Amino acid sequence: MLEIKNLHVKLEEEDKVILKGVDLKIGPGEVHAIMGPNGSGKSTLSYVLAGREGYEVTEGSAELDGEELLEMEPEERAAAGLFLAFQYPVEIPGVGNMTFLRTAVNAQRKARGEEELSAGDFLKIVREKAKTLKIDADMLKRPVNVGFSGGEKKRNEILQMAMLEPKMCILDETDSGLDVDAMKLVSEGVNALRSAGRSFLVITHYQRLLDHIKPDVVHIMAAGRIIRSGGPELALEVENNGYADLLDGVK
Amino acid sequence: MALPQVKQDALAARLSGLSAPAKGWTQAARAAATDRLNAQGLPTRRDEYWRYTDPAQLTRPDVSGAAAVLAPSFAALDTVKLVFTDGVFDAAASDDPAAAGVELLSLAGAADIHWAQGLYGQLETRGSSPVERPLAALNTAHAREGVLIRVTGQAAKPVSLIYTQKSAVSDVFLHHVVKLEEGAEITLLESGTPGARFNTVLEVDVASNARFHHIRTQGPDADRRGLTHIFAHMADNALFKSFTLTAGGRLTRNEAILEITGDDSVAHVAGTVMGEGRDFLQDDTIFITHASERCESRQVFRKVLKNGATGVFQGKILVKQGAQKTDGYQMSQSLLLDEDAQFLAKPELEIYADDVKCSHGSTSGAIDETALFYLQSRGLPKRTAQALLVLAFLAGTLEEIEDEAIAAEVHARLEDWLHGLED
Ligand SMILES: Nc1ncnc2c1ncn2[C@@H]1O[C@H](COP(=O)(O)OP(=O)(O)OP(=O)(O)O)[C@@H](O)[C@H]1O
Ligand SMILES: [Mg+2]
Repeated sequence: MLEIKNLHVKLEEEDKVILKGVDLKIGPGEVHAIMGPNGSGKSTLSYVLAGREGYEVTEGSAELDGEELLEMEPEERAAAGLFLAFQYPVEIPGVGNMTFLRTAVNAQRKARGEEELSAGDFLKIVREKAKTLKIDADMLKRPVNVGFSGGEKKRNEILQMAMLEPKMCILDETDSGLDVDAMKLVSEGVNALRSAGRSFLVITHYQRLLDHIKPDVVHIMAAGRIIRSGGPELALEVENNGYADLLDGVK
Repeated sequence: MALPQVKQDALAARLSGLSAPAKGWTQAARAAATDRLNAQGLPTRRDEYWRYTDPAQLTRPDVSGAAAVLAPSFAALDTVKLVFTDGVFDAAASDDPAAAGVELLSLAGAADIHWAQGLYGQLETRGSSPVERPLAALNTAHAREGVLIRVTGQAAKPVSLIYTQKSAVSDVFLHHVVKLEEGAEITLLESGTPGARFNTVLEVDVASNARFHHIRTQGPDADRRGLTHIFAHMADNALFKSFTLTAGGRLTRNEAILEITGDDSVAHVAGTVMGEGRDFLQDDTIFITHASERCESRQVFRKVLKNGATGVFQGKILVKQGAQKTDGYQMSQSLLLDEDAQFLAKPELEIYADDVKCSHGSTSGAIDETALFYLQSRGLPKRTAQALLVLAFLAGTLEEIEDEAIAAEVHARLEDWLHGLED
C-alpha cells in the first residue's frame, strides 16, 4: 500500500533537516502506529506525505500503490486515496462544514472519473455517518471547525475520513484532546473503516488509543528516523519506561 | 477667498456644456449648490479625501468609455422596476410606479410645489460639512433626473432602480430623494451602470421608527467610472442599512454620509468588492456622525484585489458631545491575491463623548495557506479551494442584508462575478 524509502526532508526556508532517512512499508489492510518523542518528525512525515508546502525532499521516495506520491499535488494525493487527519485541524471561517464535505467528496469523485453524488444522497450518507460519531446537525451547518472544541475537531476529521473513504489513512494524534468516551467513539469510527483494502498509520503518544485500534506494527521515531519497529508490545514498553532506554539502545 | 485661477479654469471646463434647469422648485437649492461649487472648485489629488483616489477621471470635461450590457441583478425578485437609460427615465421600460404603494415621481417631471423641496440638496449640503464634497454640489446643481419617493407606511414592494447604458459618452447625473415618514419602511435596490461616467446623489430622510434598506450592485462591467453619494439623516429609533456589491470598473467611489440626530437609531453601511487589474480602483468613503444617544453604527467592508488592483477605504465615526452610549464599529478588510494589489485604508475616530463604545480595525492579507492546504488535502483542486476561500471571505458581509431573498440574489451575483474574476 504505502512504501516509504530512505526519505530525507529539510525545511525549504532554512537549513534544518527534519527527516533523516525514513523507511516504512505498510501492507494492505494493516494498521501501523508511530510513537516517538516530541519534535522527532512524526507530523512532518505526515505533512510531507500529504503534500504540504515548505518542505524539501532531498532524497528518497514515497509510493502509494506503486505511484510516486511526492510528485503529486495535494489534491491528487487525496484523489489517489491518501487521507491525513490533522494533528491541528484548520478552522475555515465562512465555509460551511456541509459545503466543504460535499465539495471534497465530489471533487475526488470527479478526479477519479466517477459521477458526483446528488445533494439528496450526500445528505443521507453524511447524516448517517455523523450520527455514529455523535456529530449533531448544528456542527454540520457551522463553518469548518470554527468554534469547535478540540474533541469536536477531531471527530470532524474522522467524519471527513468516513465520507472520503480513502485507502491510506494517516491519523496524527487524533486521540489528543479527546475525553475517554470520545476516544472510544473515534476508535469505533476508525475500526468500522478497517478493511482488507484500507491501511492506517496512527501517530500517537499513548498506548491507550492502541488498546482500541489494535496495530499490527509499532514504530518508534526519534530524531527523524525510525529507530525500532515491533509488535504492539513496543507501545507498552514506551508507556511503562518512556523513550530513554530505546534512545540509549540506538546511540 | 477667491479660487486660484487653475481651479477656476478646471471648473469652467467641466461646466461647459452643462446647464441647470432655469426654473422650478429645485432652483434655490441649485443656486446654493452652484455658489458652493464656485467657492470650492473641483477636487484634486491634493485634497485630503482624494489622496488615494485621483478624481481626474471624474472631473475632466470629456467622457469616453464603452457601453456596458449587464444582466439584471434582482430579476428574480418581485419589485417595481424603474429604468434609467443613460441617465434618462424610461417610462416605457419601467413598471407602473403606483405598484410600489408609495408616492413616486420622476425628478424631471415633478410639479413645482413639492414635499421634496425641503430635502433636495439639503441633506447634501449638511453632509458637505465639515468635509467639502464639491462633486456632490455639482450634482445638486446640474442633475435633471432621479426619483422622488415618499413613503408613509409599509411599501408594497421594493423599488428597483435599473440603470442601463447605451452611449459610450454619456455623462450622467442622477439625484434621488427618499423621504420616509414616521414608521414607514421601504427597500431600494439599485443595479447597473448609469452611464459612461456617472455622479449620483441619494438623499434619504428617515423619520422616527422608519426603516430604510438599500441594496445595490455595481458591475461587472470593465469600464465604469462613477461616483455615488448617499446622504442620510436619521431621527429617533430609525434604521438605515445600505449594502453594495461592486465588481469590475475602472474607478468607483462610493461615499456615504450619515447623520444620526435621534436616539436609539441604527445605521449600517457595508460593501463587498472584487477587483482585478491595474486599472481597477474602488473607494469607499464613509462619514458617520453620531449626535444623539444610544445609537449604533457599523461599517463593514471586504475587498478582494488581484493583479495590481487598488482598494481604498476611508471611514470616519464622529461622536459629538452628548452622544452617550454610542456603539460604533468599523472594520475594513482586504484579501490581496498577489503582491501587486494594494489596499489603502484610513480609519478615523473622533469622539467628544465620554461614555461610548467605538472600535475600528483594518486588515490586509493574503489567502490563508494553511486553510488552502487543508482544503487541497481533502481533494479540492487549488483553484476551487482558493475560490471557496475568497467567496467565504467576501460573503461574510452579506449578513448585513436583512431580507433573505435579496441576500440570496446578491450571493448568486457574488458567485457569478467571482467566476469572472478567476478566468
Ligand atoms: N515549518 C517549520 N519551521 C520550523 N521548524 C519546523 C517546521 N516544521 C517542523 N519543524 C521542526 O521539526 C521538528 C519535527 O517537528 P514535528 O512537528 O514533525 O514533530 P512531531 O514528532 O510531530 O512532534 P509532536 O509529538 O510534538 O507532535 C521539530 O523540531 C519542529 O520544531
Ligand atoms: Mg506532531
